[in-house]
Amino acid sequence: MSEIIHADHHDDHAHGPAKGILRWLYTTNHKDIGTLYLWFSLAMFFIGGAMALVIRTELFQPGLQFIEPAFFNQMTTNHGLIMVFGAIMPAFVGLANWLIPMQVGAPDMALPRMNNLSFWILPFAFSMMISTLFMEGGGPNFGWTFYAPLSTTYAPDSVTYFIFAVHLMGASSIMGSINIIATILNMRAPGMTLMKMPMFVWTWLITAYLLIAVMPVLAGAVTMMLFDIHFNTSFFNAAGGGDPVMFQHIFWFFGHPEVYIMILPAFGIVSHIIPTFARKRLFGYTSMVYAVASIAFLSFIVWAHHMFTVGMPLAGQLFFMYSTMLIAVPTGVKVFNWIATMWRGSMTFETPMLFAIAFVVLFTIGGLSGIMLAITPADYQYHDTYFVVAHFHYVLVPGALFSIIAAVYFWIPKWTGKMYDESLGKLHFWLSFIGVNVTFFPQHFSGLAGMPRRIPDYALQFADFNMISSIGAFIFGFSQLFFLYVLIKTIRSGKPAVGRAWEGAKGLEWVLPSPAPYHSFTYPPEVTDKESYA
Amino acid sequence: MKNQILRMLTGTLAFIASGTVLADEWNMRVGVTDISRQVYDLHMTIFYICVAIGVVVFGVLFWSVFQHRKSKGAVPATFHESTKLELAWTIVPTLILIVMAIPATQVLVQMYDTGGEDMNIEVRGYQWKWQYKYLDEDYNNSYSFFSSLATPRSQITNRSEKADTYLLEVDEHLRIPINRKVRFLVTSEDVIHAWWVPDFGIKRDAVPGMLNELWAIVETPGIYRGQCTELCGQDHGFMPIVVEAMPEAEFDAWYATKVSSEIVRQETMSKSLTHDELMVQGEATYGTYCSSCHMANGEGVPPVFPAIAGSIVANGSRDDHLSLVINGISGSAMQAFGKQLDAVQLASVVHYQRNAFGNDVGDVSQPQDVINLSKGQ
Ligand code: HEC
Ligand SMILES: [Cu+2]
Repeated sequence: MSEIIHADHHDDHAHGPAKGILRWLYTTNHKDIGTLYLWFSLAMFFIGGAMALVIRTELFQPGLQFIEPAFFNQMTTNHGLIMVFGAIMPAFVGLANWLIPMQVGAPDMALPRMNNLSFWILPFAFSMMISTLFMEGGGPNFGWTFYAPLSTTYAPDSVTYFIFAVHLMGASSIMGSINIIATILNMRAPGMTLMKMPMFVWTWLITAYLLIAVMPVLAGAVTMMLFDIHFNTSFFNAAGGGDPVMFQHIFWFFGHPEVYIMILPAFGIVSHIIPTFARKRLFGYTSMVYAVASIAFLSFIVWAHHMFTVGMPLAGQLFFMYSTMLIAVPTGVKVFNWIATMWRGSMTFETPMLFAIAFVVLFTIGGLSGIMLAITPADYQYHDTYFVVAHFHYVLVPGALFSIIAAVYFWIPKWTGKMYDESLGKLHFWLSFIGVNVTFFPQHFSGLAGMPRRIPDYALQFADFNMISSIGAFIFGFSQLFFLYVLIKTIRSGKPAVGRAWEGAKGLEWVLPSPAPYHSFTYPPEVTDKESYA
Repeated sequence: MKNQILRMLTGTLAFIASGTVLADEWNMRVGVTDISRQVYDLHMTIFYICVAIGVVVFGVLFWSVFQHRKSKGAVPATFHESTKLELAWTIVPTLILIVMAIPATQVLVQMYDTGGEDMNIEVRGYQWKWQYKYLDEDYNNSYSFFSSLATPRSQITNRSEKADTYLLEVDEHLRIPINRKVRFLVTSEDVIHAWWVPDFGIKRDAVPGMLNELWAIVETPGIYRGQCTELCGQDHGFMPIVVEAMPEAEFDAWYATKVSSEIVRQETMSKSLTHDELMVQGEATYGTYCSSCHMANGEGVPPVFPAIAGSIVANGSRDDHLSLVINGISGSAMQAFGKQLDAVQLASVVHYQRNAFGNDVGDVSQPQDVINLSKGQ
């Protein structure tokens, strides 16, 4: 082992990063690109978050106070698109870039130049999409699900830019996924069999396949929109013999796997953090892998549960209800395994662990409301109300986002060689935890009481819940500025971190010094039982 | 720290539990149909099952968080797999799910039983209002009307006190009789909307080119309110649904008067109107249906909404002008007004456009011209 580290140091001298801004433009290094992805997603997170606060400000009280309904719709749409495609997904790709080569014992990603391209597409795609907000007629205003014909015949002119932006995002994701798959399948250190791979690597391998499978479907959907808008086709235009419902089938065939794309890597992250701070091996590694695989498979056959109200035949409704309920089984297995990992461990509660435990609890709440939504007759009452908004924010914010934040706290010593300030981290956790629940828990109630989603103004009986929700949103939003402060403070003046930054940490990345050398492993490390997961 | 977590958890659960007691404002409505009650029961059953799962799962988790901590001197165990456990927590949840699926399937099958209806009402979504049509062959399906938001603008912009039914009031209620199976045929004229009356336990998307079926047998007279629940553009939040369920006799009497006045109205269609009559009626129609885009002074908002003043169409062939208004311009905001307006309104609004705002064509459009044009198609 010491030889390897020595060799790395040696190598580091030979070619470190180029100097100046061009380093970031030309870089083919997995760590640089990972860093770019992470900062980019943080920036998008703040932009999307600012839009969320615009929304919550308008909804603070009934009546129209600050913005017009037309602009409100642009805010909800762009908030959704930016958070999904600009914040959560790039953050996971950034983590994959940073961690996968280190965790499989490789020097870098398999396809470094493509890696550079897949990142640098993104700033262009998002600048284009956000710029539409300033165009005549405004930006996308048809919801992040952009149902036709609202997004075709009735869309603002800028929709063409939106379509192009989605194409670019898709290309970026597909390239990123190919790279991840190539790295995982070809560059693992000798001895790291598939069933010895770290869970984060496993979840990303499966996620990457999901991405490659569904991103082209999304591209197809937006291309059909483009043709409907500009070339007089009628894919989704009923007057021309097309079918608006077909759009939804295509969209959700992409969209449902997409929601698992945003949660599977989170499962991976949590499966690292909980064993580390419980000082105990992950319980049921094999079943964890199979659970992820079955969730991925099932994610392809449940899409129409987003469409229970479009008027499908009874048999279709029943099929999608049963298949959706089935997903609860492997998801439950994951939750039970995490708890079994904690059981009779020797736990400490550093910031990453707090976020991970909150993830397990709050994600489970989101999962339980998901089961309720799967029950078709009841879904007629929940569909397109705030109950759904509460559900998916529970799985995406304290779910996906908390896992990303947990990952940052967990691996930042490895990335920067510095330790964050534990008490600031804990403060950040508690602010976020309170903020998230105050924001989204009341939305279950306003939804059940009948408040439709995506409305800029509401009837009086929803007023209390909305006010609480808005207050929570501001707490949550501003505590993320505090997160930014904690990050900068760590990078500037954090205490030096050792190679194995956490007592219970396992895995090849912890064998490397902190900060990790520019080229992770120039000689393949040995995969000992001690560092293996299975 | 862990105390805090526990308090949070118990607080959350208490919050949920209290929610179920406070009903209405916090929870799903029980509603006024057999179906809505069944849906409510189903909802509560699943909800309690979920709460029970939550209590068990989080209970174990927090027990572990309290007991198995390093600060208490816990030494990590070394176990890390158990096929028996994995099987158990695969099979038990599956069984629970089956228990949930059985009643869900039963309710769903009942909801799909759309036959044997006593009356049919077509529900058509428009940006941003609803059109209701009583499908009644005896009267040529003719009684239909629009139902749009009646909350005054001043309440929305906070210039006057908001009424109790803020945003949930329409100019004309949909009336239905109680204790009869009413079938709603839901569709849309433009984008997708969704028609939802929470108290009936039914919701369905209004999709252009598709006819979705729904039904309800309402048991209690009353006024029931709902909203459009599918994003349909700018005023999605402003197209409420109000259904008034009336005792059967009362409904029948009301319906009879509507039908007879409808017959009288249809007769006026065959009459010719004078220039002045047309101008008065035309100005009114223009003010209600056209001026939001083409502006009261006919100047429009170029380039988005063309001016009528000096417009080539409004100064060109009368029949072209009429058919443009009847059929709309597909792919633009200019809708087909033929379905929304009657022959008198169509003829007069076109006449008005051709003879106001400085346009001076001088020809006359009569209701009969509209009827002929429509028949010719
Ligand atoms: C929602 C906005 C809207 C409303 C309401 C509306 N129009 Fe239009 N109208 C348009 C638009 C947009 C066009 C231009 C469409 C195009 O050429 O693509 C148009 C075009 C026209 C034209 C052709 C003008 C020209 O010179 O090209 C006439 C005539 C017309 N409308 C009549 C009416 C009448 C009559 C009404 C009311 C019954 C009405 N419109 C209501 C949006 C509207
Ligand atoms: Cu609508």
